[in-house]
Amino acid sequence: MQIDLFITCINDAMFPRTGQATVRLLERLGQTVRFNANQTCCGQMHLNTGYRDDALKLIRKFVDDYRDSEVVVMPSGSCAAMVRELYPEAAKWGGDQDLLREVEELAPRVFELSEFLVNKLGIDDVGAYYPHRVTYHPTCHAMRVLRVGDAPLKLLRNVRGMTLLELEGSEECCGFGGTFSVKNPDVSAAMLADKTRHILDTGAEVCTAGDNSCLLHIGGGLHRLRSGAGTVHLAEILASTEGEVFA
Amino acid sequence: MSGLHPAKPFPEAARDKVNQPQLRANLRKVTHTIREKRLRAVGELPHWEELRVLGEATKDASLANLSDRLLQLEASVKARGGQVHWARDAAEAREIVVRIAQAHQVDELIKVKSITSDEIELNAALQERGIHAIETDLAELIVQLSHDTPSHILVPAIHRNRAEIQALFNRELPGEGSLSDSPAELAGAARRYLRHKFLTTKMAVSGVNFAVAETGTVCVVESEGNGRMCLTLPEVLVSIMGVEKVLEKWEDLAVFMELLPRSSTAERMNPYTSFWSGVTPGDGPQEFHLILLDNGRTEVLADATGRQTLRCIRCSACLNVCPVYERTGGHAYGSVYPGPIGAILTPQLLGMADKNANTLPGASSLCGACFDACPVRINIPQVLIYLRGEVTAEKGVTAEALAMKTVGYAMSSGWRFEGALKLARVGQGPLVKGGEITSLPGLLGGWTQSRDLKAVPPQSFREWWKEREQGSE
Repeated sequence: MQIDLFITCINDAMFPRTGQATVRLLERLGQTVRFNANQTCCGQMHLNTGYRDDALKLIRKFVDDYRDSEVVVMPSGSCAAMVRELYPEAAKWGGDQDLLREVEELAPRVFELSEFLVNKLGIDDVGAYYPHRVTYHPTCHAMRVLRVGDAPLKLLRNVRGMTLLELEGSEECCGFGGTFSVKNPDVSAAMLADKTRHILDTGAEVCTAGDNSCLLHIGGGLHRLRSGAGTVHLAEILASTEGEVFA
Repeated sequence: MSGLHPAKPFPEAARDKVNQPQLRANLRKVTHTIREKRLRAVGELPHWEELRVLGEATKDASLANLSDRLLQLEASVKARGGQVHWARDAAEAREIVVRIAQAHQVDELIKVKSITSDEIELNAALQERGIHAIETDLAELIVQLSHDTPSHILVPAIHRNRAEIQALFNRELPGEGSLSDSPAELAGAARRYLRHKFLTTKMAVSGVNFAVAETGTVCVVESEGNGRMCLTLPEVLVSIMGVEKVLEKWEDLAVFMELLPRSSTAERMNPYTSFWSGVTPGDGPQEFHLILLDNGRTEVLADATGRQTLRCIRCSACLNVCPVYERTGGHAYGSVYPGPIGAILTPQLLGMADKNANTLPGASSLCGACFDACPVRINIPQVLIYLRGEVTAEKGVTAEALAMKTVGYAMSSGWRFEGALKLARVGQGPLVKGGEITSLPGLLGGWTQSRDLKAVPPQSFREWWKEREQGSE
């Protein structure tokens, strides 16, 4: 399958290792990965903060960049949710019927990484090795918008050498919410406090998730606490083997 | 706080609340308990998702023909001996109630299901004319006696604990002597006080859960039975309903009798459901008034995305599952409608120009728990995002808008983005210590208040990819 990788702006800028891991993982599974260097951002921050017109420009750009793709895969639940769930709404709000048709046509070919592996490729053991204690935080948009279900857990349970620890209150939001974290810093921090407490209670060395925006938030909290625990994107765990350690 | 109008922007009101340990403990305990119970109650019905779809469709059908439904309701209620009043706004609704009270020369009345009357700030208007309104829902009574305001749609005194209620009743309920903090003893004292009021008060004011256009039947759903007494013992009954509460047919009630109790109190069936149609000679109130309140609702109905808000049946499931509500409680929202539903309803009723209410669509991390819990499938996260757009359109050019434009420009092509990243790496220099940023200026300072920020690494993914393409990996 010809996969177009949408790396997402946050991964591109802040988490290049996650992108490298995603490429290595997909290629190890026999897939062909392309990277369209004109890609930038899905427009989620603009739309969710109320800047509809700015978001629509980025939405049109995404459609231009991926109109002819067989599949578009992204290592981010919230960016995939933006494309699948909110692009059609944004097109309606902007009164752009042509765009609506285009995004509805494109949406079914857009996947978050774990759902792509498990549901589209039918793989739940990627042959990974990661000798650490790990707990998993299911991110809100992957869980409640994309409905990836237990796809990430299926993948994690098959990682060799790893101890997977159950996270209490795992389905509760970490409090990131994009610009929510800076516009409502007190509530966001209160939510983060409970999330980091639950993570530390597991005794895990790392918390993993399918979305680096959530992990940027959780990791920032764990680092501020000097807790010693850190965060690693799911793709980096899945890409790691005994020969090549990604995280 | 009273009525719909928040006194502060949400972030400021929330800051006052998140640091109160007793409040946080109460909210955590109650919301987590109700959450688990609701999941059990809902899990018993294998066709729950179909019921939600039916609830959504039933409400939408009624809203699609709202003017016809309301005229039909008016005719049905009148045909059964009731009187119907139309109120454009809160002031008109208040005046109608005051006029009825004055016509009967009452100086006291009893109330149940008070949220709509709180929306129009009825109690204060009555008090100004020397008429004292007594809340008869136990939790509403607690709130009223402590000169407080409700903080939850269904559990208005969720922010109070047993010791606080003990002190309050010992101070405020006459002739009860010294009460212990036993719930049974406290409830007994309230019961004696309220029974006396039910038997001696001539007029009652109620809210409405549903009204059936076809039959003129009004419905109130409750747990305590105090509502039943309020609705049946006085001579005069005035019920106030938002216009969106109307349903077309008697059969339409069935789906809501399943959806509402399981979503709100996590019960299979609520203890008391009262239905009445107009006036029945010799039985119950002999004078019945129904007030149809608009107060901004038809404006909401006119908006294609916002109108789903009017499906709300006030179950409060969205409050109980909301991680923001769990940390702030209801008072932070500054309106009688708190939580996720309040964050979309209040600003729509008041309009996007209201400087405090227009911060409410921002009071969410968009986690989506509310949409999953909503029995009538109001897509609250989607409406929140839509309303954020309405708010920024109302505000026009701001520093934030310019920053967003700048980021948008940087994102308009791959090479511009690459250039912006190079600039960011240089710009962050003085802020980075050991690979992390611990203090940021301006708007972004909210982040570093309680978290560190990873620094932008030396090579972006796109730079790595370019190198790899050039065969230098």
